[in-house]
Amino acid sequence: MSGSSKIKKPKVAVFKFASCDGCQLSLLDAEDELLEVTDSIQIAFFPEVSRRMLKGPYDLGIVEGSITTPHDVEHIRDIRKSCGILATIGACATAGGIQSLRNWKDIKDFVHIVYASPEYISTLDRSMPIGSFVHVDHELRGCPINKYQLVELISSLLNGRKPQIPTHSVCVTCKEKGTTCVLVARGIPCLGPVTQTGCGAICPSFNRGCYGCYGPMETPNTSSLSSRFLELGLTQHEILLAFRNFNAYAEPFRRESESHEK
Amino acid sequence: MANNGFEQPVFKIQSDEMQRLLDALRQNGYRTLGPIIKDEAIVYDEISTVGDLPRGWTDEQGPASYRLVKRNDDAYFGFNVPAQSWKKFLYPSERELFRVRRDSRVQSPSENRESSLKYAFIGVRPCELKAISIQDRVFTSTEYKDESYSGIRHGLFIVAVNCTSSGDDCFCASMKTGPMAKRHFDLSLTEVIAPSEHYFLVEHGNELGASFVRGLNATEASEAEMNVAGDLIERAGKQTRRIEIDRTPELLSARLDHPEWNVVAKKCLTCGNCTLVCPTCFCSTVEDTTDLIGSFATRRRKWDSCFTLDFAKVAGGNFRMTSRSRYRQWVTHKLSTWVEQFGTLGCVGCGRCITWCPVGIDIISEVQKITET
Ligand code: SF4
Ligand code: SF4
Ligand code: SF4
Ligand code: SF4
Repeated sequence: MSGSSKIKKPKVAVFKFASCDGCQLSLLDAEDELLEVTDSIQIAFFPEVSRRMLKGPYDLGIVEGSITTPHDVEHIRDIRKSCGILATIGACATAGGIQSLRNWKDIKDFVHIVYASPEYISTLDRSMPIGSFVHVDHELRGCPINKYQLVELISSLLNGRKPQIPTHSVCVTCKEKGTTCVLVARGIPCLGPVTQTGCGAICPSFNRGCYGCYGPMETPNTSSLSSRFLELGLTQHEILLAFRNFNAYAEPFRRESESHEK
Repeated sequence: MANNGFEQPVFKIQSDEMQRLLDALRQNGYRTLGPIIKDEAIVYDEISTVGDLPRGWTDEQGPASYRLVKRNDDAYFGFNVPAQSWKKFLYPSERELFRVRRDSRVQSPSENRESSLKYAFIGVRPCELKAISIQDRVFTSTEYKDESYSGIRHGLFIVAVNCTSSGDDCFCASMKTGPMAKRHFDLSLTEVIAPSEHYFLVEHGNELGASFVRGLNATEASEAEMNVAGDLIERAGKQTRRIEIDRTPELLSARLDHPEWNVVAKKCLTCGNCTLVCPTCFCSTVEDTTDLIGSFATRRRKWDSCFTLDFAKVAGGNFRMTSRSRYRQWVTHKLSTWVEQFGTLGCVGCGRCITWCPVGIDIISEVQKITET
């Protein structure tokens, strides 16, 4: 893996597939932090920000969005070839995003409702994560991603060290912060025990259950948590909906939601 | 010692003297920390007046369940163990260890930071006192002394509060850690609400504690008052939950292949809550980061748990890949291997791991299944 060697003045490119641009905004939101490194990195390709588009190869490719068309498939393969390190950012790129809800329906029905001339539409029948088509070196979870994790990832690559991106549960963060557990103290269904941390456990600290924005944690036991949700009074359908969210097509969440289909 | 459990001299103060005690501690430079109500639970936090205390409230605890409940009296300490233990002050979840600048030598910005801290813990339960003494052994009694912990510990003033009721998840009596504090405190209080008065019995554990008693409006407690308090404490010790501590360490280590480990692994979320709420768990990881341009690197210590995947990752692989092996590590460490390592058990019977496990896995019933069948 390329994480251990230091890159001199890396060329960075940012690419977008099917997504809302929110994660790229997190990148822009990190401008204060990244200003420091304007001399040590070269933004070679970032259409959201600049018309300057330098040709590859690139040292680091950052990819937002999911793969939804045959053209996307070609494009991501080319990108992979032109990037030394490929990092995917956000739930769309890492799990297929909210748009993967269509994976449970027939896409032709949507196309007919939405477009006047459906014959011009060329689309895949599913929204898929980048990792289903090419090898991914690093992934940043979240809907949207956390800008500090993004800065950490870039910092680690610039300095030739391992990025500190924990993959354990959101619960660990609640306990670190001293946030009282909403599941235990209020009986609120919370996806935190099966969700990867990274957000700073925001929802529990506002007395909400975790919605699972960062997708499955390292060893998710979704079926046990679902049994607890049933005890708390959720219906099978409500449990299905809880897992069918921004990370609906992440394998452990997909299997869990499907096990609650009638 | 009379059979009410108290050791002379025992003093008595009226409940409104509590404020004077807090004031005296604060005037002596202590940061007073104690129980408050926050986000539907009793938690330890900064307190400055008795008005901050959860007066008139208690809690009902059970596996995966915690609820605040109004009491029908004005007790200050009429609740059971709060959500997280004192560990969060003695051993904070994150601490910077040092910073190295590329152009100079190691700097330790945090050096001796803790040696000037003066905390006063108000309302330490007997099981928590025992937990602190267990962590003392871990952090201060070996050649690898933890300077940060030792610094905070050194300046610490402990006001213990004996338990006059106990929660449904408590099992201190069978662990011989409660419900009465016998040592390791500066002051120890027992709250009594009699028909005509609301008072505390006060014991001191050392000369420092005694000096604070002298500043209070205190009278000598009568034998009858000690008997009343002793009865309340004794009642708190009548707990239905028990662990057979004499046999458990040996039986657990002999049953590492018991089928129950597989059953509980199916339920365990490997979320880590049990270890993080446990007042004796001490595991941490060390994280190195840099700034973007690489002008300095920072090393931080952060809480870790034997339930995280990285915990057992070493060169060449991970020796605890399954949740079965991780759950087993937690229980056998608490109740078996801790004895070989530190000469005591690693569990004090506070019940937090049962209450705060999101799926209500109960360490006692697991231990019973594994050791009794
Ligand atoms: S609130 Fe949710 S994330 Fe936080 S400890 Fe409880 S179950 Fe875990
Ligand atoms: S193992 Fe559980 S009951 Fe024992 S001290 Fe830790 S949290 Fe308390
Ligand atoms: S039970 Fe786990 S987290 Fe707790 S002290 Fe032992 S190894 Fe560490
Ligand atoms: S025993 Fe409970 S609290 Fe501990 S890791 Fe398993 S599910 Fe989480």
